[in-house]
Amino acid sequence: MAITLVFLGRLEDAAGSGSREVPAAASLGQAIGALDPDLADVLRGPRIRCAVNGTLVQGDVPLRNGDEVAFLPPVSGG
Amino acid sequence: MIGDVRLLTLPFDAAEELGTFTQRLPQAGGIVSFLGQVRAGGPEGAEVEALELRHYDPLTLPAMTALAARVAGRWTLDGLLILHRSGTMGPGEPIVLVAAAARHRRDAFAAADFAMDHLKSESWFWKREKVAGAWRWIEPRDQDIEDLARWG
Repeated sequence: MAITLVFLGRLEDAAGSGSREVPAAASLGQAIGALDPDLADVLRGPRIRCAVNGTLVQGDVPLRNGDEVAFLPPVSGG
Repeated sequence: MIGDVRLLTLPFDAAEELGTFTQRLPQAGGIVSFLGQVRAGGPEGAEVEALELRHYDPLTLPAMTALAARVAGRWTLDGLLILHRSGTMGPGEPIVLVAAAARHRRDAFAAADFAMDHLKSESWFWKREKVAGAWRWIEPRDQDIEDLARWG
């Protein structure tokens, strides 16, 4: 029973890796709350967006076993 | 309308890509292109050794395709080319190539400009550069956000 967290851009440095598996959580808020408090604070930042299984979400949403949650900092392309 | 949108993980030849695109569009009266490449000089004149662009598969190409559809809906175009690199690049290597083909030049200029502004500040890429052996993530510039606001 696990979910995958993906850390994009500078969040990779904050998390120490580009992705990790964590025990399944009932919601996005719970998944973040189970992380190291410093990392959780960064992920709750106002400019960090989230996608669950490739779909952008807003606020707290329920999670299911096997979900992939991506944390997306401000982009810089081109 | 010929639409060609690709996310590339290997180096590409911008001149060859533009040539191929142009050959497919004899009816277009004007083709405007923009090439973005890795600049050699970094902040404070420091040498940029490498630039890396990361993307996220579930979002990046779908959003590029959606952007192309938006551009094609806003201007009357004969063709639209959007190529964007991901991965590690050296100075002088192409990062992004946008070309818009239209019967008349105004549509082509505006469409390419719009596509670039939105690729810079709304597409799912994260950039970092290596200067003096150290990697540093690059945050979007205020200017990029202001450029986007021009389009309402």
